[in-house]
Amino acid sequence: MTGRRVEVGGAGVDRARPIGFRFDDVDREGLAGDTLASALLAAGVDVVASSPILGRPRGIVSAGSEEPSAFVELTEPWFDPIVAATTVELVEGLAARGRPGVGRLPTSPPPERRARHVHRHVETVVVGGGTAGLEAAEAAAARGDRVLVAQDRPWWGPAIPDPEAQARAARLAVADDVTALASTVALGVYDDGYVVLLERGGDGRDRVWHVRAARVVLATGATERPIAFADCDRPGVMLAGAVRVYLERFAVLAGQRAVVFTTNDGAYPLADRIREAGGEVVAIVDVRDDGSGNAPPVSGIEVLRGWAVAAVEGETRVRAVHLVGPGGRRERVEADLVAVSGGWMPSLGLYRAIGGGLRPDERLAAFVPDGSGPPWLEVVGAAAGEGLPASAPFWYTPAEDLTRHVVDLQRDQTVADVLAAVEAGLRSVEHVKRRTYIGTALDQGRTSGHLVAEIVNAALGDPLGAQGPTTARPPTAPAPFTALAGVDRGELLDPVRTTPIHRWHVANGATFEDVGQWKRPRAYPRPGEDLEAAVLRECRAVREAAGVLDASTLGKIEVVGPDAGAFLDRMYTNRMSTLPVGRIRYGLMLGLDGMVVDDGVAMRLAEDRFLVTTTTGGAAAVLDRFEEWLQTEWPHLRVYCTSVTEQWAVVAIGGPLAREVVRAMGTDVDLDASSFPFMTWREGTVAEVPARLCRVSFTGELSYELHVDGRHGAHVWEAAIAAGEPYGLTPYGTEAMHVLRAEKGYIIVGQDTDGTVTPDDLGMGWIVRTDGSDFLGRRSLERPDARRPDRRHLVGLVPVDRSTLVAEGAQLVARGDADGLGGRPAPEPVPMLGHVTSSYRSAVLGHPFALAMLRAGRSRHGEVVDAVAHGRSVPCEVVPPIFWDPEDARRDG
Amino acid sequence: MLQIPCPWCGPRDEVEFRYGGQAHVAYPEDPAALSDDDWGAFLFFRDNPKGPWRERWVHVAGCRRWFNAVRDTATHRLITTYRLDEPPPELP
Repeated sequence: MTGRRVEVGGAGVDRARPIGFRFDDVDREGLAGDTLASALLAAGVDVVASSPILGRPRGIVSAGSEEPSAFVELTEPWFDPIVAATTVELVEGLAARGRPGVGRLPTSPPPERRARHVHRHVETVVVGGGTAGLEAAEAAAARGDRVLVAQDRPWWGPAIPDPEAQARAARLAVADDVTALASTVALGVYDDGYVVLLERGGDGRDRVWHVRAARVVLATGATERPIAFADCDRPGVMLAGAVRVYLERFAVLAGQRAVVFTTNDGAYPLADRIREAGGEVVAIVDVRDDGSGNAPPVSGIEVLRGWAVAAVEGETRVRAVHLVGPGGRRERVEADLVAVSGGWMPSLGLYRAIGGGLRPDERLAAFVPDGSGPPWLEVVGAAAGEGLPASAPFWYTPAEDLTRHVVDLQRDQTVADVLAAVEAGLRSVEHVKRRTYIGTALDQGRTSGHLVAEIVNAALGDPLGAQGPTTARPPTAPAPFTALAGVDRGELLDPVRTTPIHRWHVANGATFEDVGQWKRPRAYPRPGEDLEAAVLRECRAVREAAGVLDASTLGKIEVVGPDAGAFLDRMYTNRMSTLPVGRIRYGLMLGLDGMVVDDGVAMRLAEDRFLVTTTTGGAAAVLDRFEEWLQTEWPHLRVYCTSVTEQWAVVAIGGPLAREVVRAMGTDVDLDASSFPFMTWREGTVAEVPARLCRVSFTGELSYELHVDGRHGAHVWEAAIAAGEPYGLTPYGTEAMHVLRAEKGYIIVGQDTDGTVTPDDLGMGWIVRTDGSDFLGRRSLERPDARRPDRRHLVGLVPVDRSTLVAEGAQLVARGDADGLGGRPAPEPVPMLGHVTSSYRSAVLGHPFALAMLRAGRSRHGEVVDAVAHGRSVPCEVVPPIFWDPEDARRDG
Repeated sequence: MLQIPCPWCGPRDEVEFRYGGQAHVAYPEDPAALSDDDWGAFLFFRDNPKGPWRERWVHVAGCRRWFNAVRDTATHRLITTYRLDEPPPELP
């Protein structure tokens, strides 16, 4: 226990306000204004965590977000799986424990931070609230800009308190059009001045700011670099600047006997500060022996020029320091703190991630911005290299054995590991990173990255700065998913679309299926029924009496204008312009590559007006496609397209008794098949509301689709249920619909097709017109590949045992290629002939059946193939893909 | 995220738009007259230059109109946008 609170310094803490917290199950006390790290140092806690791979003790290294060592899990007052102790503001009741570099999920739901997202437009964003950032913000505000200035730490101004910066921050806080956000880290700067910031409120509320700015000023400061020596990962080895911050801001002296180890003048004043605070400074060890540097002598402190720290002793805390000097002289001194300064490097993660380039600066032995990058981006202050001390290029203390010269504390990687990577032939720091994983941990190599680059440069005999640090990518700071998700979670994750009949479905026990954003009833299981039993009952009702389906989710587009017919002719494989008013035609839509992309029916409402239906999931894509071609290729066509999906509710009544049900609902439309034939529509009233009745069928049975104003949907549905009761009318869901359409061999685009299927593959060559006129995809159907006789064709399958349900997605292989009866597939890969696309039990066929895409399938009817899935194969007979009523005898009732 | 100046709506966030690939690739007058190779070239092949080029966008969550843009593929900077009925600007 060597850290302690001292009487001097402490401008950032309130000594009158103690804050209680728990660390590793021990109650502790800190002060208001502390970070968890400063409170732990003040409490004399040396070991905060252990290293992820070797389990070595890990203490506190830095005073900021570059921390590579002291990671903790927060459990109170909210949960964070892993976070640097140096970035956690101390609040009353905070509880934390050390974590070895890897977070873990809690076993029960933890207290969560809440988050919301905020959007802003400003002229100027300033990232960084230190001296340069505050100056830039004030200058922009004086110009009349709207300004957003963000500081990643909870305080304004430099870490070592500065009255002038405080005064400036106070002025900005009350200035008009200035938003000043403390505890706010910029996660990324993106194209055209788009900045995303994460504000971590001390009250457990996060805000993610999305800001579009005309100008972005990066005042991201500089980071101190460590130096590698033997066991430099021991608690008690800290960055010199951090030691000073803990002292001056938090009144915490991190050790009682210090060695200052430096490559530059910047660390010299620390020696005086330590002594003022009552600590001892054993020596300033300065690697420079060439007379460079102008640091004023510190009275009474020995300065060892040309010396370096070779190693430290001590497991859980530095006990002694071994020095190496000119001519290999060695010395051992007692000390409990090594304050290291390997020079300062501008913090340019955000700058680099948006395309800013670097150039090596010899004076700093660091990289500075090279002036490239987007025109709206500016780098100021220490981030631009201003005001940083000149440094000798010194990365590690030379030694025979470099296997304990730790470079990346989060990956337990040493100088020896880096050199081994170069030895193995790697020449790029990117490759070295991928071999050693250096820079890939939570700290993203903020302190170690440059070191590794220069170690590689030196090992390759390349000049200083030949290669820079590895690519920086946003987010440049860890961000919890809860913050990124904001309120878009749970019920608010995605919009839910429901039909006007939804409440009836819920009240009547429907289970639901998500189709895109729609909730569709999957089935209506009765008490004691499982899904399979319910589906079979619903299917039987449609085949033997009547069923009713909520088909409101069907995509509906009105295509209007004098050229509507000509336009649809180009979009569909068959001709729509010749469709008489009052008639309905099924249509297939192809991609330009000739593959089926959607299907639906077109109803001609008037000479210049069609209603086109699409698949439930394809509605938006089809409308987009219509718009694209109308705007970009055929702007001369006088056509407008309007989505009317939600304006119409659709109640589909099908089955041998469908006509009786609709009649019982009360209608003025003559339902007789001779006056109202298949594939026509009529207008009239049903159940006392205006309706469009359509004779289309997706089940093969006599069917009436009742299209009514969405507001009448629930009324018409309930009228059907009431009127249909004597006829056994049964509500059925999408699962039964799938079975019924498959029995009839009707495809579902996206289930039976996968973007590689032509109309002919589906046996639907009849729907492709051959009059020479063009439609989308036509030319592709003439490519040799589209005409191969051995393409995969849609076929039906019946399991030979007439009882096994084959798995959807099962691969089809030739008999003999799989040991079918033994239930095991052959050991060697065998040719795949196709796959099962749909597979169901059937209420009316007496056996399960499937649809499949099978190579040259139409010439294989009668053959037996094996359907292989889940480690077993099922012999199936290949049959035509129409199982029910191939003569279409049932559609007129 | 780019800020894209829609010719109809003004500058908007990229999330409101959808990308449409290379611009000024006209659908052939008579696809049936093309050889398989020429049709394949139209269907599958597009330029892929480093630097400024013309491309299509649609303001799908706004006015839903298609338009063209000049964007530098090397810097990802969007240089200008123009309506479909405007002549394509010279590439810088």
